[in-house]
Amino acid sequence: MPNVLLKTEHLSRSFGGLQAVRDVSIAVEEGSFHSVIGPNGAGKTTFFNMISGAIKPSSGKVFFAGNEITGLPLHRMIHLGIGRAYQITSLFPSLSVAENVRLAAQARGRDTFKFWQHSDRFERYHERAQAALKLVGLRGVEQVLASALPHGDKRKLELALLLASEPRLLLLDEPTAGMAANQVPELIEIIQQLRQSGQHTIILVEHRMDVVMSISDQITVMHGGSVLAEGTPQAIAADPRVQQAYLGELYDDVLTQPHEVAHDTNS
Amino acid sequence: MQRLRPLLPLVAIGGLASLPFAFAADTTRFWQGVFIQIFILAIYALSYDLLMGYTGMISFGHALFFGAGGYTAAILLRQAEPPSMLIVIAAVIVVGATIGAAVGALSLRVSGVYFSMITLALAEIAFILFKADDPKLKPITGGEIGLQGIVVPAAIDATTYRLRFYFLTLACMVGLYYAARRLINSPTGRVFVAIRENEPRATALGYNTLHFKLLATAISSTIAALAGMLMVLYEKSASFEMLSVNLTIQALLMTIIGGIGTLIGPMLGAATIRLLDHGLKGEFMQALLPAWLRPDLVFGIVYVVLVLFFPAGLMGAIRKLRGKTSRSSVERLRQAMKPKAES
Ligand SMILES: Nc1ncnc2c1ncn2[C@@H]1O[C@H](COP(=O)(O)OP(=O)(O)OP(=O)(O)O)[C@@H](O)[C@H]1O
Ligand SMILES: [Mg+2]
Repeated sequence: MPNVLLKTEHLSRSFGGLQAVRDVSIAVEEGSFHSVIGPNGAGKTTFFNMISGAIKPSSGKVFFAGNEITGLPLHRMIHLGIGRAYQITSLFPSLSVAENVRLAAQARGRDTFKFWQHSDRFERYHERAQAALKLVGLRGVEQVLASALPHGDKRKLELALLLASEPRLLLLDEPTAGMAANQVPELIEIIQQLRQSGQHTIILVEHRMDVVMSISDQITVMHGGSVLAEGTPQAIAADPRVQQAYLGELYDDVLTQPHEVAHDTNS
Repeated sequence: MQRLRPLLPLVAIGGLASLPFAFAADTTRFWQGVFIQIFILAIYALSYDLLMGYTGMISFGHALFFGAGGYTAAILLRQAEPPSMLIVIAAVIVVGATIGAAVGALSLRVSGVYFSMITLALAEIAFILFKADDPKLKPITGGEIGLQGIVVPAAIDATTYRLRFYFLTLACMVGLYYAARRLINSPTGRVFVAIRENEPRATALGYNTLHFKLLATAISSTIAALAGMLMVLYEKSASFEMLSVNLTIQALLMTIIGGIGTLIGPMLGAATIRLLDHGLKGEFMQALLPAWLRPDLVFGIVYVVLVLFFPAGLMGAIRKLRGKTSRSSVERLRQAMKPKAES
């Protein structure tokens, strides 16, 4: 019987009068690939924010590897094994690409308070950073400042920061957001490889239905903060409520390019 | 040229070490004094840059740390039987670190401009307390008169052994600069920089940024306290002026003029400000300038011109000559002042 790695119970969050996430309960099996879809404003990012500790839920609980982690501070999460790549790129702009990723790797080690040794002397973080950069196909730009990268490469670096942290659970919030159409396949390919490596459990938020349908083991459809449907890609594709929703009011949202939302501050 | 770069620090230290012998005999004492002050202020500027330039926190209460070190040394040395200098130094370090950590604990829950405001308020409280003519406080603080006539251990008395004191402060400056460099290149220092760059992301990567900011504040405060102690040893007095907002502004100016986040820049800034001050107040300039053109006014104009023409400070200008770009001070200040949303 497969393990449930992440479980949420009746997770809700409201902002003032707005109920952004309403009573969401999901269970994600270890090693599986789970996608969360839904139109803009459905509450996907808010849901991630609660799982990753960026914001506290108004009510409900989060369990990871069998332990309740609701409301734990953000900085603890990666050490438990939950990591996240942000919908809106969040990097260290005036540091080099290499240093960005090295910082992610260093955070997982025990050398952070060694204030008298040069950071370059800790080879293991350097190596881990190089491996993460290689995974996302960002080689040869190690010494470029993060702020100087083109948008597509920034998205890759965003992913590399996550991979260098070596989490068990990857929360990928629209990894292709804002990317030029011709760069998207490469990133999807990277995500495919992550899936195939079998080392991670992945939850993906993505607007591209073809991608979601082909890559996912399970799909959760959110709408207006609530779970509209949940199941395998086949079941979701056949679900009359989803069909109706997507052919009706959701239709436009699914087909239009996803856009970045100003309120998503990851803080 | 590139191959000679590692020699640059040695050349600089060698230059400063031979400087006292370069002045004419009748003025050497005076210039040694000026440079002693520069070295002390350079240490103070260095401590400010660790916080502002590397961790991205703008303290408006830095004088508090400087004054804390100064008064600690002054109070101990005025005892009937003063403790040994080693104990004084240890006490200054402990007081500096403790005050830094305490100020941090009180102010670090907020960020950006709110942090600046709280540090300002705390320093002002100390300023008022130490200036007060309160009968309970005055025996300790000296009130408006301050603590005068401090007896410095004879071996490091700047009046009798000025040259020795010159080398002492020079050694302190070089040593603390070296330590600060090591710190910012270390894993810990890299996290300071990550916080400056993007604190929410540093947190998400797994760093408890509050701990690192507390540490940065405590280290910065300790170094500032040591500078304050040296100043008291040199001046043989402590006054509430050490705690004034004016002294905080000095730190800010030295850092901006020299180049935020470069360590060496703020030290050059300290030299610039001090030399400019002496130049402007010297007889030569006084005779040259019309009476209404006060030295402070000239300094203000020079400062504005420097910021306009060297937006990234003196080090920014040097980097530019070598074909590198730096962010302007204004941009860096704006980033550091921006309150980050709390989660
Ligand atoms: N910090 C916040 N303060 C106030 N309202 C918020 C906040 N974060 C999200 N919201 C609101 O909650 C709702 C859900 O937003 P969320 O970002 O979770 O949607 P999403 O599914 O990720 O959308 P998108 O596909 O556009 O990224 C939106 O109406 C949004 O305006
Ligand atoms: Mg979103």
